[in-house]
Amino acid sequence: MSSRKAILGAIRHSLGRQRGDGAEQAVEARLRTHDRNLVPQRGCLEGEALLSLFSSQAERVDATVERVATDAEVPEAVAEYLKRNNLPPRVRMAPHPDIQALPWAEKAPLLEVAEGRADPQDLVSVTPAFAAVAETGTLVLHSGPQTPTTLNFLPENHVVVVRASQVVGAYEEVWDRLRAANPAALPRTVNMITGPSRTGDIEQRLELGAHGPRRLHIVLIAEEGDS
Amino acid sequence: MQSTSHAFKQNAHRALHDPMLQKAMGHVRSGFIDKRVQAAARLPEFDQLRDQAKAIKDHTLAHLDHYLERYEAKVLEMGGKVHWCATAEEAREAVLSICRSLDARTVTKGKSMLSEEIALNEHLEANGIEPVETDLGEYIIQLRKEPPSHIIAPAVHVNKEQVEADFRRVHKNLPPERSLSEAAQLVDEARQVLRQRYLEADVGITGANFLIAETGTSVIVTNEGNGDLTQTLPKAHIVVASLEKVVPTLEDCATILRVLARSATGQEFSSYTTFSTGPRRPEDPDGPEEYHVILLDNGRSSMLGTEFQDMLRCIRCGACMNHCPVYHAVGGHSYGWVYPGPMGAVLTPSLIGVEEAGHLPNASTFCGRCEAVCPMRIPLPKMMRHWREREFEQHQAPAKARLAIEAWAFVAKRPRLYRWATSLLIGALGRAGRRRGRFRELPLAGGWTAHRDFPAPSGRSFQARWAEQQRRGRASR
Ligand code: SF4
Repeated sequence: MSSRKAILGAIRHSLGRQRGDGAEQAVEARLRTHDRNLVPQRGCLEGEALLSLFSSQAERVDATVERVATDAEVPEAVAEYLKRNNLPPRVRMAPHPDIQALPWAEKAPLLEVAEGRADPQDLVSVTPAFAAVAETGTLVLHSGPQTPTTLNFLPENHVVVVRASQVVGAYEEVWDRLRAANPAALPRTVNMITGPSRTGDIEQRLELGAHGPRRLHIVLIAEEGDS
Repeated sequence: MQSTSHAFKQNAHRALHDPMLQKAMGHVRSGFIDKRVQAAARLPEFDQLRDQAKAIKDHTLAHLDHYLERYEAKVLEMGGKVHWCATAEEAREAVLSICRSLDARTVTKGKSMLSEEIALNEHLEANGIEPVETDLGEYIIQLRKEPPSHIIAPAVHVNKEQVEADFRRVHKNLPPERSLSEAAQLVDEARQVLRQRYLEADVGITGANFLIAETGTSVIVTNEGNGDLTQTLPKAHIVVASLEKVVPTLEDCATILRVLARSATGQEFSSYTTFSTGPRRPEDPDGPEEYHVILLDNGRSSMLGTEFQDMLRCIRCGACMNHCPVYHAVGGHSYGWVYPGPMGAVLTPSLIGVEEAGHLPNASTFCGRCEAVCPMRIPLPKMMRHWREREFEQHQAPAKARLAIEAWAFVAKRPRLYRWATSLLIGALGRAGRRRGRFRELPLAGGWTAHRDFPAPSGRSFQARWAEQQRRGRASR
């Protein structure tokens, strides 16, 4: 007998499963409707309150957040960020239209920009986000041809460009958006990122930059009327 | 892992006299408890979410067969493979044969308690494959050739100076004069050394905090990002998961995630929560080409439908051990197998037998803190009592203890005899201890008086005083 059959048989025996006991229908229904459970109040904000909760929650976990008013300001913000942190003016960016469309050459002419998956030598990556969740200051990114996952983990510095319209209150709203954008299946990898990498493994004291990025910088585009 | 649970008493004795361990255990007390309280206080709905998290798991366990089938179907649909394994041995073999099919020489590993449960590293090593632990705590204990002593902080028993010594001993190619006195320097060194290992690994193995039936997804929760590098860079990603990890939907997963990090480290959310569904898609620029799930039973299916079913709700947050006075005193290694603390005291006898692990459910003061903080509301003390009863029924308790319990039961079931015996005993103790108010030594109570005095009773039993008060109360009414 295969282990699969033996295990399922053992479970059915332990649970006293009967044919036609309605269990299968209950499971079908739950998976089909995927109802929400309780969503905390703090995840139910809107407008400016939502954006500022997102920012303050992200800063609480050691991310830095910078607000800009328009797309055109992003390249300069990134270049300035590198300067402030004594980083060479070189970034690896996601080959994603939202990032490519930013006026890099015009607004940050000294910045060297390469595209594609991360190399071990890359110090800084720039990626878009799929969504951002205010309740815990969490970014949601996913894999795909335009968004390699290595960009989120290999470089020491990760810059994420987020639009106000991408900020939601609670995780549940991300699931809805993910299902709508990917009706057939989830992308291979969905990363929820809350602050830079950290560890408490040496005497339970917090240290940043264990294996993933040491710094996480969020550039939030809050266009007029966007929020 | 070879169990030494039967030697709990000796293990604990050694631990209590180990000054390095006692120093390190101070970090558990200071590191976790306040942070959990603060995180819970910041979320007014925390206790309601605990109730819902419990209900989600109860529902899933009651329909586990169907959820596993649905989960499996989704994984297959997404191009992954599911390997059903009834025993630890089957699971080890399944991992090995995947590694062999890829000619793997090095595998990197994210933190996985299940991998400890099935003794995976030993098996890979014995077959010429080098496993490299990448979670900093796991890496430290791998260098020290020790098992983890905590389910989320595996090296919590190690002090900074010990880590420095281990790094100097193993990282021989680095300059000996380098400074390693700061935690940050140690973290940095591990980062540099392990970076190379990620890049050369052929296979990446992670555990799973959840398996999602709706989407065929496995979920890992980490703070370091090591699990992500482990599963993204090599050719194949192997997930080792036990079957109770399944939850129905993304929504259900979100609810449990809201209580997990808060209970574990007192964070509102861990740095990285990663959802993996199948192997990389044809157009993806990175990610593993193969995706395998080792789905392990190892005794869990037989816990269903018994008084131990509730234990299968456990999400391995570690709160119960963080709040356990016995764990604080003796550390994780004393428990002698993979899972320490209150959750280990309940789970270990289920997995390796009460004959081997019967001491563990006895290592409790029944203070109830574990149950009070458990996000999944698992009645840990009650289940420890179940084990004690079973142990007694199976005649495994030591003869002296059995005799004492039986004698006590004989007397306690006979109220008049009980009153007579207790008043006699207490009267005698009261008279004997009247002068000093306590005893330095007492026959049959050597375990108590070896470390502290035994207070002398007032000379009258509780029942006698109660009866008298009742009489007085009635008279004054
Ligand atoms: S028993 Fe409860 S508190 Fe202990 S690890 Fe499991 S879920 Fe956490």
